[in-house]
Amino acid sequence: MTRLPALGLAWAWLVLFALAPLAAIAIVALSAPADSVPPFVFAWDLTSLGAAATDPLYRSALGLSLRLAAIAAAGCLALGYPMALAIARAPARWRGVLLLAAMLPFWTGFTMRISAWIGLLRDDGWIDRAFVLLGFAPPRLLYTDTAMWIGAIYSYLPFMVLPIYARLSKRDPGLEDAAADLGCAPVWVFFRVTLPLSLPGVAAGVALVFIPATGEFVIPELLGGPGARLIGRVLWDEFFNNRDWPMAASLAILLLPILLVPPLCVRLARRRP
Amino acid sequence: MKRLIFALLLLAAPAWAQEKILNIYNWTDYIDPAVLQKFTAETGIKIRYDVFDSLETLEAKLLAGRSGYDIVAPSNEPSFSRLIRAGALSPLDRGKIPNWANLDAAAMRRVETSDPGNKYGAIYLWGTMGLGVLPDKIAAVAPGVPLDSWDLLFKPEHAKRVAACGIVMMDSAIDVIPSVLKFLGKNPDSHAPEDLAAVEKVLLSIRPYIRNFANGGALEALATGQACLAFDYSGDVAQAARRAKEGNKGVAVRYVAPKEGVQAGYDMLAIPADAPHKEAAHAFIDFVLRPDIMAAISNATHYPNAVPASRASIADLSIFPSDAEISRYFVIGPVPQAAERLRTRLWARFKAGS
Repeated sequence: MTRLPALGLAWAWLVLFALAPLAAIAIVALSAPADSVPPFVFAWDLTSLGAAATDPLYRSALGLSLRLAAIAAAGCLALGYPMALAIARAPARWRGVLLLAAMLPFWTGFTMRISAWIGLLRDDGWIDRAFVLLGFAPPRLLYTDTAMWIGAIYSYLPFMVLPIYARLSKRDPGLEDAAADLGCAPVWVFFRVTLPLSLPGVAAGVALVFIPATGEFVIPELLGGPGARLIGRVLWDEFFNNRDWPMAASLAILLLPILLVPPLCVRLARRRP
Repeated sequence: MKRLIFALLLLAAPAWAQEKILNIYNWTDYIDPAVLQKFTAETGIKIRYDVFDSLETLEAKLLAGRSGYDIVAPSNEPSFSRLIRAGALSPLDRGKIPNWANLDAAAMRRVETSDPGNKYGAIYLWGTMGLGVLPDKIAAVAPGVPLDSWDLLFKPEHAKRVAACGIVMMDSAIDVIPSVLKFLGKNPDSHAPEDLAAVEKVLLSIRPYIRNFANGGALEALATGQACLAFDYSGDVAQAARRAKEGNKGVAVRYVAPKEGVQAGYDMLAIPADAPHKEAAHAFIDFVLRPDIMAAISNATHYPNAVPASRASIADLSIFPSDAEISRYFVIGPVPQAAERLRTRLWARFKAGS
């Protein structure tokens, strides 16, 4: 009986903040653009959804977005896992400080931090100058895909570190000691004991990075080149530049099933004994 | 309790409406800031000043409704006429704008194609969309290219050479496509798919040579010499030229109205239909149409205005084009809804470069 109010709250949350907005978006997606305020009229019109699903422009945008998300997730995992492991293995009195250091970037505005990267990456910026000082050709990174990937990995890194750390800090060090005592080499202790124990944290981290990175707008806009037409930018253009609300809504709807895949994978992974 | 809160809200509502505030939404770098202070000093109405960098941004806000702005400055085509059709603008009460009589009747007639009877807007400033060039830099990397023609930008053999010192494209399908149609010798209003296909071919052929797409003009890039060719608004280039001169780094910027013809645009002072402070908005339009105020704005922005009496106080009369130049201007008509997607899709492919 006591669970009932909590359950009601969860459902209210779901309806208010997930289903109702989704229904609103669906209605706009099924409308036709018009000269009016707001700029659409409801018409059971499937043209926009059809165009969103078939136009090669949107498919390439989606491809670019998924690539960015995959690179961000992989990059964050490669950097974040060792970070999380180091924090978890650090002496207890250091953990709080290290964890705080990992989260510290959140204290500054996101757009501000990305703008700072513009200063670092631009022609004759610090990175270019460092390369020249060391005798290399300046890499000229700003407005390239590389700049976009650096920005994404940098921005999402804490989202990978925190869930993995949470998992690793709960592990029983006794298990690792036991494996070592029984003759397991340190590398295999990691792969056979530590890593499997932390997998749910890895899955959560990958989902936390991958899903928002797919719809990322700010990073490609500020750091990417004009050719980086990712789905977030295309959606923005449809809504704000072309006043084509039905098309923007259709794109958002089609993005949904793609973004539902990773969390479903997490659930499946969790169900395994 | 609920009833009490409701009653309080009712009491409070008129107070908000009478608040002496004016919310202005104008183009970037498009006013003399001293004019705003003067308005507040004379009327006691505080101004909240906000800027947009493309017509698309302005329309997106107004068409979503409840923008909260009292004064907006849409260009006559396509935004002003489309906002009128959408019912997003409020008709002006000329009884509250005595300085309306200062407006150039001939210019106001020209914008009647967008607003028959001049019911919804007064001309603020106007200008053309041509090329901002740095002649010295272009001559250094591409000697012999024509500087007076759209060929400079729209012919890949020229663009390819000029690309070495940086080409900036305006990020606006609305503003660029009619000029490409004019360059091709076609009707700048054309919505024929084969004409738009020809436009796309031209744009894609120069796409590799475009360094970046700029919103709200290329003032900064031209003034600092980071770009040597830009599709830009005339006044924006004039401001860049002045800033380059002040910077004293040997950068000379010039505006070119290509000989094939350039698109003229009139930016209108208008009041959104749901503006919260319409009284103050009318007072502001009246204030701006005063010859001394209009002269100050033109002097600061380098854009010509439509108040002839202001010319006595204009520092640089060359910002008003000659009749011979005006004869090469063209204006565009409304873009039908069905043709919109063809254009926006074309533009998206151009930007993506495929």
